[in-house]
Amino acid sequence: MRSVYAVSGGVSKFAKARPDKTFPALVKEAYDYAIADLGIEHPKFWELVDATVASYFSDHFERQLMAAIMAQDYIGMLPKPSHRVEGGGATGGICFQEGWKSIASGYADIVLCYGFEMMSHVETWKGNEFIALASDVSFDYPVGGFYSGYYAMMVSRHMAEFGTTPEQLAHVSVKNHLNAYHNPYAQKRRKLTIEDVRAAPMVAWPLTRLDICVMSDGAACTVLCSEDGLAKLEKAGGQRIPRVRVTGIGRGTDAMRLSDRPHQSYEDFYKYNALPNEMDADSRAYYKELWDHGFRYPGVHSFRAGRMGSKEAYENAGITDPLGEIDFVELHDAYTSSEIQTYEDMGLCRYGEGGPFAASGKAFMPGIDYGLDLPDEPACPVNPSGGLIACGHPVGATGLMQAVFAIWQLQHAIEKHFGDPALQVPDARCGAIHSHAGTGTYVTVSILEREE
Amino acid sequence: MSDKELPKKMEETMEGTVVFGVPFPTGDDLSALKEMAPIVVKQPYASTYNYSYGQDSPFFAALANKRFIVSREPETGYTYATPRGHDMYTGKETEWVEIKPEGHIHAFTVCHFGSEEFLPQCPYVLALIEFEGVNTLFLARLIGVDPYEASTDWIGMKVKGRFLRNSKFKPTDVYFYPAE
Repeated sequence: MRSVYAVSGGVSKFAKARPDKTFPALVKEAYDYAIADLGIEHPKFWELVDATVASYFSDHFERQLMAAIMAQDYIGMLPKPSHRVEGGGATGGICFQEGWKSIASGYADIVLCYGFEMMSHVETWKGNEFIALASDVSFDYPVGGFYSGYYAMMVSRHMAEFGTTPEQLAHVSVKNHLNAYHNPYAQKRRKLTIEDVRAAPMVAWPLTRLDICVMSDGAACTVLCSEDGLAKLEKAGGQRIPRVRVTGIGRGTDAMRLSDRPHQSYEDFYKYNALPNEMDADSRAYYKELWDHGFRYPGVHSFRAGRMGSKEAYENAGITDPLGEIDFVELHDAYTSSEIQTYEDMGLCRYGEGGPFAASGKAFMPGIDYGLDLPDEPACPVNPSGGLIACGHPVGATGLMQAVFAIWQLQHAIEKHFGDPALQVPDARCGAIHSHAGTGTYVTVSILEREE
Repeated sequence: MSDKELPKKMEETMEGTVVFGVPFPTGDDLSALKEMAPIVVKQPYASTYNYSYGQDSPFFAALANKRFIVSREPETGYTYATPRGHDMYTGKETEWVEIKPEGHIHAFTVCHFGSEEFLPQCPYVLALIEFEGVNTLFLARLIGVDPYEASTDWIGMKVKGRFLRNSKFKPTDVYFYPAE
């Protein structure tokens, strides 16, 4: 397979509602930014680009079937090859990876990936209904279908299994909202305390309104290319583009219904799901004890799809010590609890250690005062952008937004794009992006690395 | 061409008309339109589906008869609390087996907010129920607990199922309550 470079991106302003523009015009906003960053105008980019991949989640939200072609049309990509991908909340991450495949396979040299969602077309409670239609409509939705409820059930089990506390969850909310304080693209830029998070209105016990991302309108796009494509873009733009290579992708799946998730044995976990950094005697003893106390994998507390996506991506990128080798992660924190669950899936800590890890400080940014007493130094900032909780979650755009922020981190260009250097991870060389659907049904993980 | 008089004007009706006198530049200068606020209109959309439960239909027939059936892989015995026509490991067709709807709470939440359809029922309790000898869980409503006293102590609680007398042909035709 050929090397794939992620060279630029653009993100529209995310907001609760963007009635000022239609969704194709929002895509145009993100696209114009991405090509301007390459120093190329549209007619020239059109000449160079080989194909596009479009990403949006819901025909219900868009109130428009085949919406992708309208974006393709509006931004002036006709008659280039294109297709739309859909995989719930992971739609953007899947889009990024399909663009990667187009380049890696030799099908294309330059690909534009774009995604969008217009969730303000309906009121929040109707939006919750649309999202809940992405659970089994025979057996899940009619019982009281509500995604926050599904995630709250997962965390109730996480709390019972491992002693995870709502205050540990709240650390994630404080971190991500405060990171977003320095990100002009973010929807919610707030300085919060643990008490603020816990005192917010309860949505689905134990998750409060500040544990949960909000609905958004927005668009994002990235430009991916081969080495030949890179040369063409540099020639057209008359500038050197910092090398950010996508060194590994991975994807996993799991049952639509939470209730169908398996409860595997210790032996099967080690046979199918364990990461290289869990193969040591200490980890084996730790997990043996968990199993002896009734832990089963993945159950409803863990995302096997996220683990398998991580495992595959790490294998491709040659990562054996995620916490030591990855400089930052942009992960799918639709809920504070799912960020904690994802620390474990991605091997930043072991299963069961996500709560203490969240409160340890390891996932926080250096140089930012969170007003918290954190025992450990930052080791691998998670969601330095503010994540979904603070940036917003216009579903089809979200995974691409993560890619854009990761590209900017690795280009050491956060100050240029945010107008504020606070969120630049120092000397960032390796970043992971993680996009997640449903109750953990599709999960993509992609590794991006800076090359000098 | 016939001599018949054909209409030259669309007939005007009043339905759908909600605003009169929409502001607009009166002269030739249209540059102010770029500053115009967006127009947002209400567009209702509703549909009724003829939705088939397909191979899962017997489960709903069982609930209507106050019986609870689950799906079992005949050779391995792997049993799904939520119906499934085929086993995901062997690929074989499952068989229906009746069990007592009695089990324990595996995980739960209290929804204080929800989808539009369920908002009037808030707060309501969702629980994943585990059954002895069954490998997977069943999502159900739980009653008989105080929604304002939620606690992880509820996990492991013994619960029993009860059936609605008037079946709605939904999985909520069975609901659970604390057994003690």
